[in-house]
Amino acid sequence: MTLEHVTPEKLMAENKIVIQNLSLQYTDGTESLRDITLNIRANAITVLFGPAGGGKSSLLRCLNRLNDLTEVKVASGKILLDGENILDPKTDVIALRRKVGMVFARPVVLPMSIRQNLTYGLELAGEKRKSRLEEAVERGLKLSALWDEVKNRLDDAAIALSGGQQQRLCLARVLAQQPEVILLDEPTSGLDPISTGKVEAALQELKKDYTLILVPHSVQQAARTADFAAFFLQGELVEYNEGKELFTHPKVKRTEDYIEGRFG
Amino acid sequence: MEPKKLNWQEFFIPRLIKASGYSAILFVALIFFFLLREGLPALGEVKLGDLFSERWYPIESHFGVLPLITGSLIITVGAMLVALPFGIGTAIFMAEVAPRWMREILKPLVELLGGLPSVVLGFLGILVLSPFLRVFLDLPTGLTALAGALLLGGIAVPTIVSIAEDALDAVPYSYREAAWAMGATRWQTIWRVTLPAARSGVLTAVMLGIGRTIGETMAVMMVTGNAPVLALALTSIFHPVRTMTATIAAEMGEVASGSVHYHVLFFIGLVLFIISLIVNVAASSVVFKSKKRAERVLS
Repeated sequence: MTLEHVTPEKLMAENKIVIQNLSLQYTDGTESLRDITLNIRANAITVLFGPAGGGKSSLLRCLNRLNDLTEVKVASGKILLDGENILDPKTDVIALRRKVGMVFARPVVLPMSIRQNLTYGLELAGEKRKSRLEEAVERGLKLSALWDEVKNRLDDAAIALSGGQQQRLCLARVLAQQPEVILLDEPTSGLDPISTGKVEAALQELKKDYTLILVPHSVQQAARTADFAAFFLQGELVEYNEGKELFTHPKVKRTEDYIEGRFG
Repeated sequence: MEPKKLNWQEFFIPRLIKASGYSAILFVALIFFFLLREGLPALGEVKLGDLFSERWYPIESHFGVLPLITGSLIITVGAMLVALPFGIGTAIFMAEVAPRWMREILKPLVELLGGLPSVVLGFLGILVLSPFLRVFLDLPTGLTALAGALLLGGIAVPTIVSIAEDALDAVPYSYREAAWAMGATRWQTIWRVTLPAARSGVLTAVMLGIGRTIGETMAVMMVTGNAPVLALALTSIFHPVRTMTATIAAEMGEVASGSVHYHVLFFIGLVLFIISLIVNVAASSVVFKSKKRAERVLS
């Protein structure tokens, strides 16, 4: 996919995030991702899938600079979010993470009440007005389809919720911050099929307003949810296309083999 | 594997474990009973008003334990004022800030420090700390409550650091990652997420620190000057004091078994026992109250 003939304005109109020639290395020098170029569209679910160790999670953690704290370092390349290179050392990482929320594989509820879990991020950002916080709690929980289940016990400890509820709480917590991009790292890997269905349904609703980037926990989930899909294999972006196209007519043999379950 | 031998083991080992478990409870009960038996007669032999008076001078039958209790309390509070910020701060540094290799060096060092015999530290207190305090603060003597508090604070720090650091380290990395991903700074993550998540362990560390302080005998006996003076004013910290533990240790060897003095010393032991019991119960009720059941199960 070449970019030369496209003006930056036009590029931004469709692409929320532009990743250019990104390479990642572990601190011991081994390669994690090799020369990735990828455009991520706004208001769509982009799925990054492939066998474990392919660099999907590392890529995801670059998008909110969570890699800063781990042993994966950017070797070269750029990531443009709304036209600005977020890998620039001058980037305000805290502001970036408010704009780019993340949901993890294991639901991590903070050791607080359900309500506090949602308001915490906003309080960190300096929001003190009670009405705004209340509003954010309700909005987050409604968007993540958890409101009806917890509205009468918002002050209970969040850790008492079931696994599926906890994961939706984590999603709600991200949504309460009103981010623009949401990164989801195998958000349903620990959930039963019913909870998984609820989370996936919530994602389909959310893509109207947000840019979603999902690392799915199975090929089936990738096929179910993807508007766009990128197949990663051993640090390389093998194929990137619209979801329907990629899962029905893969252009590369390795993609086809993986989708059909011949390896991985 | 011979099933017969296995059966024999299955029969014997659980009972052995059970017996050792029960015997721990039994020993504590026996100690308490012994303290009661030797200490309670003091209440009959000395009038309650005299027992809780402010004069401790056993040779002339003045058995006022108040100076000893206040002496222990002022030193414990002083030591905690020193040890808590230092101990928790060091634990946070080691668990959250320091690189891994530094932690690997610091942790054994701190634990080594915790194993130092208190008499050695008391020696340092006499030779270094109290002369320094005397000159620096221009006091008539350096053997004061302050010297005891500083020294005991130092003794409690390794205990607090070691246990609090374990508790902080046991908080899953994913908690921190989640907080960072929400836009929390490193300090906000420590203060609002990691510390609360580790709170029961941190509180245990504080408890053991207090326990170490209030029960410490040798070091305090060496540096506090051992004058049984009522320590109620803030300036008492600059005067010599005497603690309950030091009194028992110093006088128990010379007292006639079964005498009034003997019974009063045991009574002091009883008071000490009750104080540490109150501290323990208070702390655990804080832990249990602030946590819902589900949270306790998971933490």
